[in-house]
Amino acid sequence: MRNEITRRAFGFGLGALALAAVLPGRALALTDAAARGLVEKLVADINAVIASGRSEAAMIQDFTRIFDRYADVPIIARSCLGADARRFSTAEIAAYTQAFRGYIGRKYGKRFREFVGGRVAVNAVRPVKTWHEVSGTVILRNEAPFEVRFLVSDKSGRPLFFDMLIEGVSMRLTERTEIGALLDQNGGDIGRLTAALQRAG
Amino acid sequence: MSRPGFLRILFTRHRAKLAVAALPLVLAACSGSVDPAPGEINDPYEPLNRRLHEGLKRTDRAVLRPASVGYAQTVPRGVQDSISNFRTNFATPAYVVNDMLQMQGEDALVNAYRFLVNTTFGLGGLFDPAAQLGLPARKSDFGGTLHFWRVPEGAYLSVPIIGPSTERDLAGRIADGFLNPLAYAVPTPERYVVTGAGVLDRLGKRGRYAGTVDSLLYDSADSYAQTRNTYLQNRRYELSGTGAALDPYADTTGANATDADPYTDPYLDPYAE
Repeated sequence: MRNEITRRAFGFGLGALALAAVLPGRALALTDAAARGLVEKLVADINAVIASGRSEAAMIQDFTRIFDRYADVPIIARSCLGADARRFSTAEIAAYTQAFRGYIGRKYGKRFREFVGGRVAVNAVRPVKTWHEVSGTVILRNEAPFEVRFLVSDKSGRPLFFDMLIEGVSMRLTERTEIGALLDQNGGDIGRLTAALQRAG
Repeated sequence: MSRPGFLRILFTRHRAKLAVAALPLVLAACSGSVDPAPGEINDPYEPLNRRLHEGLKRTDRAVLRPASVGYAQTVPRGVQDSISNFRTNFATPAYVVNDMLQMQGEDALVNAYRFLVNTTFGLGGLFDPAAQLGLPARKSDFGGTLHFWRVPEGAYLSVPIIGPSTERDLAGRIADGFLNPLAYAVPTPERYVVTGAGVLDRLGKRGRYAGTVDSLLYDSADSYAQTRNTYLQNRRYELSGTGAALDPYADTTGANATDADPYTDPYLDPYAE
């Protein structure tokens, strides 16, 4: 009797161990298909917005929504602060991240009208270090096609992109330069930077 | 004829040509260093560059921008494209020379074929039927040739009229002026047509991408830093083809290591806290 319980408990414990060994492995391993799936959904949403030909204000809203859904906004915002991020409190970072979200939406949403009539096609995906790189082609009317690359990671808990490169120019490095310059102009004060971001874009 | 004798004749007859051909090899031998790490910027002339950048902005605001926006709005797109095609076609023999110097046989063949097709069926290069046949231009320049022969990028430069460049790219642009075999075949008055097409093509591009250029020059917190950042990233991507030199994650050492993976950086990683 007692022996049986022990054996059952042992069996259960073994099962739990096996499960524990499998679960984090699964959670960590972002597959090519998942990364590609994210970018395909993202691109379908982008194509729908540029095909809609809506007003600038509407496109800004659309882009902000897309950015929220598919990008790891907190990590992008934080990485744009660089090493300075360490100096600030969680509340300060949260307020800054919120302002950053609106700023990016306005800045890039405005530009969406230039892509009206164009589309993005997804090409290849390859694993790089801890993330996946999904490359695509932007096809515009009357323009030579150009390459876009999305860097996708699931470190946030689900697959999200954390950088977008257009012909080699990284949105994250570009914004890092911008945020760095703005922080300098505001005397290194994140409160003033946040206020400036709310007006910018 | 013995081999040394042949070589001696070759050297005495073609000394100048050989010297030019050997130049990249010499440069390669002198320079052990390669391109800077991605995200790394070599800008020892920053104070001067910044002043020149402000000058470029003033010129853009006063002349280039108004002229180019007017040009892009008044000249029909088809005419703009023909001017751009003509300019590209005229430069194509120089692409072929650079392709050969970079040992890119396929690119050299494609560009040579494009030149033949576009000069004849494309009415002197005004149209680009080769692109419609699925063979778009494969642009190359002497800056790329220097990169191929492992000449380092050098310092970042802000050059009057030209704009952002590097020591290597500026040297390349100057060399490209002498490299085009076609330029020697065209007499002086006709050459002004080519120069004019170049100016108009530049106006057209500035006008067409006005939104992008304006945002870079006039909406950036630091337009100098942003221009430098954009130029270097894009140029390194162009030169390395697949973008390897620009790989934002290839950099695992040094101060820019954080540019690589935002998730591995302890203070940049909210999940680590």
